[in-house]
Amino acid sequence: MTFLDIRNLVVEGRTPAGEWLPTVHGVDLSVAAGEVVALIGESGAGKSTVALAAMGYARPGTRFRQGQVRLAGQEMLTLPPSSRRRIRGAQMAYVAQSAQASLNPAMTIGEQIHEPFAIHRIMPEGGVRQRVAQLLTRLDLPSAAAFTRRYPHQLSGGQQQRVMMAMALTCSPSLLILDEPTTALDATTQIEVLKALKAALADNRGAAIYVSHDLAVVAQVADRIVVLRNGRIVEQGITADIVDAPRELYTQQLVEAFRPRAPAKPAGSIDNGAAALLEVEDASSTYVRDRLFRKPDKTQNVLNDITFDLRPREALAIVGESGSGKSTLARVIAGLQPINGGRVRFRGNSLAGRSRDRSREALRAIQIVLQSPDLSLNPGQRIQQAIGRPLQFFFGMSNAEIPARVAELLAMVGLPADYAGRFPSELSGGQRQRVSIARAFAARPDIVICDEILSALDALVARQVLDLMRKLRAEHDVAYLFVSHDIATVATFADRVMVLYAGRICEIGPPAEVFQPPHHPYTALLLSSVPVLRLNWLKETVASNAPRPTQGRAWNGVGCPFHARCGLAVRGQCDAAPPPIRQVTKDHAIHCHRSIAELSAVGSSSCVA
Amino acid sequence: MTMLAQTERGARSIRRLPDLTTLGILGLLLLAVNALLAVFGSAIAPHSAAELIGGGAFGPPSDAAPWGTDYLGRDLLSRVLHGAKYSIGIAAAATLLGFLAGISIGFAAAEIRGRFDVVMIWICDIFLSFPSILLALLVIAGFGTSLPVLILTIAFIQLPRVIRLSRAVAMGISTLEFVEVARARGESLPSILGREILPNSLRPLAVEFGLRMSFAVLFISSLSFLGLGIQPPEADWGGMVRENLSGIYYGALAAIIPALLIGLLVLGINLTVDWLSGEVPKAESQDLR
Ligand SMILES: Nc1ncnc2c1ncn2[C@@H]1O[C@H](COP(=O)(O)OP(=O)(O)OP(=O)(O)O)[C@@H](O)[C@H]1O
Ligand code: SF4
Ligand SMILES: [Mg+2]
Repeated sequence: MTFLDIRNLVVEGRTPAGEWLPTVHGVDLSVAAGEVVALIGESGAGKSTVALAAMGYARPGTRFRQGQVRLAGQEMLTLPPSSRRRIRGAQMAYVAQSAQASLNPAMTIGEQIHEPFAIHRIMPEGGVRQRVAQLLTRLDLPSAAAFTRRYPHQLSGGQQQRVMMAMALTCSPSLLILDEPTTALDATTQIEVLKALKAALADNRGAAIYVSHDLAVVAQVADRIVVLRNGRIVEQGITADIVDAPRELYTQQLVEAFRPRAPAKPAGSIDNGAAALLEVEDASSTYVRDRLFRKPDKTQNVLNDITFDLRPREALAIVGESGSGKSTLARVIAGLQPINGGRVRFRGNSLAGRSRDRSREALRAIQIVLQSPDLSLNPGQRIQQAIGRPLQFFFGMSNAEIPARVAELLAMVGLPADYAGRFPSELSGGQRQRVSIARAFAARPDIVICDEILSALDALVARQVLDLMRKLRAEHDVAYLFVSHDIATVATFADRVMVLYAGRICEIGPPAEVFQPPHHPYTALLLSSVPVLRLNWLKETVASNAPRPTQGRAWNGVGCPFHARCGLAVRGQCDAAPPPIRQVTKDHAIHCHRSIAELSAVGSSSCVA
Repeated sequence: MTMLAQTERGARSIRRLPDLTTLGILGLLLLAVNALLAVFGSAIAPHSAAELIGGGAFGPPSDAAPWGTDYLGRDLLSRVLHGAKYSIGIAAAATLLGFLAGISIGFAAAEIRGRFDVVMIWICDIFLSFPSILLALLVIAGFGTSLPVLILTIAFIQLPRVIRLSRAVAMGISTLEFVEVARARGESLPSILGREILPNSLRPLAVEFGLRMSFAVLFISSLSFLGLGIQPPEADWGGMVRENLSGIYYGALAAIIPALLIGLLVLGINLTVDWLSGEVPKAESQDLR
């Protein structure tokens, strides 16, 4: 039975010049009750616009020109806005890509999950509690009261995303819209979220529209795939047909692009002789505050015994699953998070834990660029102010000198000079990310810390920003600390990769060596988690990677943190003593009890079995 | 849907004021008239507040007293004009004071966190658990009913709520990435609060300001009603309602007009607040034509 029926939908968008031009040209789409339909296509194909139209919603700056959207027989577009809103509230739910932007930072997780119940008053209080607990378990989240009392910023990205899904599912929506729900997640977390999502969708029995640019992911969850390009449907069909026998040329290209390829060789020209810029020695850190009369508890650390150095002009990538401590490490180096053990040195001088206590020079030399283009610029400041502030702060530039330098910096990141007068809301995500990069480079830094700066961008835009980062590195002699969950990108971009797990280093070395055996069993798991365009890939990987991770897994603080999930764990050794560091080559080290010979013997897929 | 609305509101509307609505215009007009009354009311009043103009108590409207006279035979219009500065001025001054102090403390608590924050919230909660009228009675019993005491008392009563709200607002903003970047740059506390957090919290704070201000207007009225507000012969509008209450039996306007004016002032504030806090309905109405 057709539940949602979209006919000849035309949506227009307003250009900066004020003209209305069609962005979606006559799309027909129907979704049966209980069916999961994927909308796939590249950036600008109109995926989100069509998905939102299913809710009878046009984003500000867009409008419906013609067409019909019938939901359970009800024509959505001609309804008065108030009834449309009521239908949306009662029957539909929307999960956005950026959980951080959608969760209310001032409310606890529990309060936010309860909110839809409170608004729609659909269940007695006891039933609500039970339903919430059930949903959290369904989504592999801890249902303990301590978890629901946390605030969004105290969760990892994957947890935030699953909380969003829990909120969306509370009212058992008959239509669920998921807009790139796992795009911002790392591979191992993505698997968990996908698995949880798949189960939850089956549970909910409602229809769902899944928007994504990632065909490999979509092939795991969708019943049917609709390929969009430039606001038109190119092809649609059941998932197996699209993946195995695409008819249209464009779909064939798309499928081809997702076939597994060997990782490209990185540039790899590090200056080994030079003195290290940044040295991190046995650093550890925790979010648990010191209390009087309580001894510091090492098992509460989210970073432990981190030792590495960063050489001038080097790009060091940090990979690891959500919650492994990548951002925490970035924050430690940026002075946003104090260490509770060890040292961080910059050019041989110890760095204070808090940015406020650091010297101007150290502050200038280390700059940070963060993940979310929506949140990393102050919405109330023009671009000029955003980029001008570090110029004023570090170099004491006067208001007269700033505009010229801002124009130079904008040109450097490939933006026209007149963007200086704009507000962030008048820029696209990729452009905002460029502004954040310009702001960091304004300080003429020696080190730029990049925390997932590509993960919120479309694939195409992300590639352009990455090219920009490459160019800037060549021109400005800067070293990067590049936090990323995208292993394919890392393989082509970084000089060295550091793999983190549970706040500890598993392995560090050049990508060409790290991504080939011998490598750490966790690295192997990471690699096997990168989605592959194959039906049932998810099912098979989930089955072969068992036992799956559970958040907040108990770890006694001794031994190898990975031992509960490791297929190679040696009883009595891996759970009893910290793993030794095995030097494979001069630059490549693996922290593991197994010998290099043992690690080489097992291929990258079998060692996680 | 709330999520969708939230993201978009978060991204675009912090800076811009919402489009004007009819009710919003009405609210702003009411506020403007009231502000003019508060500033120029005394100057344009034909008589002083205490002057007996003859014609007896609760006299009907006449040339000398266009709105009639009050329970002592004073010109009601003049008294209303004189009283405007109390009803509006005290409320505005007290709310402003409460906000300046409350925002400073609330923001600092959000940014510093830790022990300072815990203690602040604790103190606020203690004060919030007392009825405000009781707190006011205690202070006034101790310090008398001079104008400064009245203003400070009402400001003080507003304080805990304003601290809690501005703390919550600032907490939400202080974990956002642009604030983190400023912090990593080594910006000082005042710079972070002033440049990054305050400009982005003006909307919710303005809305709360309106609500608190209505509260203050009504609160002064209730204090005056108890005889603890402005002291005779001057009177704010709330006090005038009380002193002329018996006139209602004679059909006199003396109690009704000040009550009506209080109602209009509060209405003006609330309409303005609704306009400020309103969703942007244009996006919805635009989507089909
Ligand atoms: N402000 C906080 N308060 C308490 N715990 C936190 C806080 N921020 C992070 N954590 C916890 O610290 C651990 C490490 O988090 P971190 O953000 O560094 O991980 P990550 O590797 O960056 O993950 P992601 O890929 O999701 O960004 C996680 O267990 C997380 O739940
Ligand atoms: S130390 Fe043991 S548990 Fe840890 S990765 Fe190596 S083999 Fe596995
Ligand atoms: Mg992170």
